[in-house]
Amino acid sequence: MDIALITESIETLLGGVVLTLELTILSLLIGFGLSVPLAFMRASRSQWLSMPVLAYTYVFRGTPLLVQLFLIYYGLSQLAFVRESFLWLLFRDPFYCALLAFSLNSAAYTIEVFRGGIQSVPPGLVEAAQAIGLSPTKIRLRIVFPLAFRTVLPSYANEVVGMIKASSLASTVTLLEITGLARKLVSETFAPYEVFIAAGAIYLGLTFLASRLFNLIELHLSGAPPDKARFPWLLKLRQAL
Amino acid sequence: MGGFEEQFLRGLETTVLVAAISGAFGMLVGLAGAAAKLSRFRALRMVADAYTTIVRGVPELLVILLVYFGGTAALTALVGSYVEVSALWAGVFSLTVVFGAYATEIFRGAIQAIPRGQTEAALSIGLAPWQTWLLVILPQMARIALPALCNLWISLLKDTSLISIVGLSDIMRVAVVGAGSMRDPLTFYLAASALYLMLTSFSLLTFRLVERRMLAPVH
Repeated sequence: MDIALITESIETLLGGVVLTLELTILSLLIGFGLSVPLAFMRASRSQWLSMPVLAYTYVFRGTPLLVQLFLIYYGLSQLAFVRESFLWLLFRDPFYCALLAFSLNSAAYTIEVFRGGIQSVPPGLVEAAQAIGLSPTKIRLRIVFPLAFRTVLPSYANEVVGMIKASSLASTVTLLEITGLARKLVSETFAPYEVFIAAGAIYLGLTFLASRLFNLIELHLSGAPPDKARFPWLLKLRQAL
Repeated sequence: MGGFEEQFLRGLETTVLVAAISGAFGMLVGLAGAAAKLSRFRALRMVADAYTTIVRGVPELLVILLVYFGGTAALTALVGSYVEVSALWAGVFSLTVVFGAYATEIFRGAIQAIPRGQTEAALSIGLAPWQTWLLVILPQMARIALPALCNLWISLLKDTSLISIVGLSDIMRVAVVGAGSMRDPLTFYLAASALYLMLTSFSLLTFRLVERRMLAPVH
């Protein structure tokens, strides 16, 4: 084991962090946007609304992300309407194929996480909101969703960490994010241990930061007074907000 | 599908085999890991903590690549001439390590959910520590851990597809080869999806049946 080579590899691989974060954050944002309305449909008592969403989450959670990615990357070009429209400008680029696969996959998991949260909101709160005359949309966005989100925050944090790790699959469609760069570096240096351990260290750093960030958000949303000794800046941040 | 049906069937066998072996070994690793995390010895707890923190914070694909290419490099250095690790065993080893890390956390949580009084009662009627574990703690823990284990098993089934990247002839690999040679990726990847969906659905049903049996009142 060559320590100097590990630090050298870390330097090279840091060049892939931007693409990893880009893929992860964009997929999470698109997934989040899709999953809020779909989670309400999924939690609805009407079968007509909940069943199609259940079918979507069931299929996307029941098959490997790698198959979904390859289906989009290799399969979409077979469809004439994709090849002959503006969509082709997007989906001939592996970045957008990966983004689509990750977003749809992340949305499927996030829908089920949010559904659990929505169903755990006490009905009395919804009735109270109705009684003071809030519209159904307002009730969902101002009352139910914020409460649901706070309840499921730990599960959502797991989903975020999972997305950071899942973004490594982008390396299979030629993208040079952290794992892609690592594989390239291994084929040049023939030093699999050093390079893959360096890549692992970077991922570990990213997942650690993400889970710390969510711990802080959780602490903030729980409304508990922050521990002055440990988080003096959090108190300042809250006063500033 | 140009004679690929039979290959898909063999791929299905490989996928199930790899998942079953990794799952079985991973459960043992998980039990040992949970015991280490709850042990009196600081060194054991630290090793187990490092294990679960590192493995759960790193992509599964990276673990597979490290074991496969690293294992090949190590064996080659050891033997003196080029030796390649088999994709099957590199995959089984990697997924055992991954499954074990998550199973450690599940088992630890489940054991901690059992009231201390249970252990005390078992010791007070004269059961030996190993009997307390086997007859009192394990059966109650299994019931609590089951739903989480079901989820973990389903992610394991799906993670086996990653081993195809280092050449294991599983469902995914058959789909990749078929899609390339028949120039019809849509059909082949949809077929692979259907097979995986079948496996995960079957697993869900089985776990639900087992859960219902285990939750049935015993008196």
